Amino acid sequence: MTSAIEVADLVVHRGARPVLHGLSCTIPEGSVTGLLGPSGSGKTTLMRAIVGVQVVRSGTVTVLGRPAGDAKLRKEIGYLTQAPSVYADLTVRENARYFAALYGLGQAEADAAVRDVGLAEAASQLVGNLSGGQRSRASLACAVVSKPKVLILDEPTVGQDPVLRDELWAQFRGLAESGSTLVVSSHVMDEANRCDRLLLIREGLLIADDTPAAVKASAGTDDLDQAFLTLIRRQGTGVPAPRATGETSEVPS
Amino acid sequence: MILLHTTGRILRQLRHDRRTVAMLVAVPTLLLTLLYFMYDSQPGVFDHIALIMLGVFPFIIMFLITSIAMLRERTTGTLERLLTTPLRKTDLLFGYGLAFGLAAAVQAGFASALAYLLLDLDTQGAAGYVVMIAVANAVLGMALGLLASAFAKTEFQAVQFMPVLAVPQLLLCGLFVPRDLMAGWLQAISDVLPLTYAVEALQEVGAHAEPTGTMWRDFGIVAGAVVVALVAAAGTLRRRTP
Repeated sequence: MTSAIEVADLVVHRGARPVLHGLSCTIPEGSVTGLLGPSGSGKTTLMRAIVGVQVVRSGTVTVLGRPAGDAKLRKEIGYLTQAPSVYADLTVRENARYFAALYGLGQAEADAAVRDVGLAEAASQLVGNLSGGQRSRASLACAVVSKPKVLILDEPTVGQDPVLRDELWAQFRGLAESGSTLVVSSHVMDEANRCDRLLLIREGLLIADDTPAAVKASAGTDDLDQAFLTLIRRQGTGVPAPRATGETSEVPS
Repeated sequence: MILLHTTGRILRQLRHDRRTVAMLVAVPTLLLTLLYFMYDSQPGVFDHIALIMLGVFPFIIMFLITSIAMLRERTTGTLERLLTTPLRKTDLLFGYGLAFGLAAAVQAGFASALAYLLLDLDTQGAAGYVVMIAVANAVLGMALGLLASAFAKTEFQAVQFMPVLAVPQLLLCGLFVPRDLMAGWLQAISDVLPLTYAVEALQEVGAHAEPTGTMWRDFGIVAGAVVVALVAAAGTLRRRTP
């Protein structure tokens, strides 16, 4: 399998604070990679670096053979930010149609994207009047509308009901099967089991980069939560066990 | 194409905000009416002031609207997202220019119609030139608003750039004190402020039946200031941020 994203010795500082300290990883094409880690561990920063909107101190990020942020990549990459970034004073449909138009796509593609995220009923409502979960799906529709080759999704399923979450994951799987590469960050460990690979990040360091099964096997447990804890302790960072899950807020990016 | 889609998107946002649209049209007309009754007993003064106000209102209003609109793009993350798409910076800047230029044309049209038809505004030159200069002023206000939004982190800060950037231009443009009566250093400052030329162009329309060379030169200076402000604003749109 060829790699879609290669990160080598990535160092990022935000303000005076080092966030990523020489992180390296490879993400295979046509896969769903879960990015897991506690709040403030550097997940969003890594995603921003892959999209090419993050100023990096050193190291390289290569996406589809080009340096991250390259103008040619803008047609190939979709990015869902953690906070929904859509126009609150437009309807769901108008938002999707505008973002579709930026990729040269028409109304049919936009309306399909709205349907795919389960917002067909709310398509003519202003985004500002939607619930938090609906708003983030409206934002998701704008990220998937172009069916990009690389899709970076920062916590796409937070606040969604379980049935819908299941549907969204089926959609992610479908995109990966059609050749897209997805990087999905999450706090929910049961979602991690749906990924092809997992990247566990803690305090800007990669502590695991493997399939969910292999992560669990190497920690000698069937529970990912527990596996995460074991791996951190094995790392011997000498700090108390972190809270790997259950946090809903994150350092804003 | 992306440019036109962006213009359409901005106009659609505006359309969903009915109250803003109503205020865009109503506020200048109400203020002109107020001026009309204020100067009721001083013949000729209304002609002088209303003409300048037709150019000043769009400048101030578009400055405010654009700086808030652009600040929203920055704070809600839509700007960052747009810059990860194939959209070029010029698509966004000129998209705003076209959309708000169009809104300004509607606004100036209503205000001028009221001033000429109901309030007996009298100018030597044609009303069309007044509208043209008013739209140029609106686009100037928009361009400066785009630029100012880069230096504001909150709406509170953004609205305060209006007095910083707009009021000195208003004070020194020759409306309150004729420019040749100002101290030399004030005149020098006035010389580099674009609104000065916009006001002079309007006064040319007021005083001459045919468009004069001075009017066209002043119009060109305003257009040049728009380009400078837009280029500077483009420099504040960063694809990569810390």
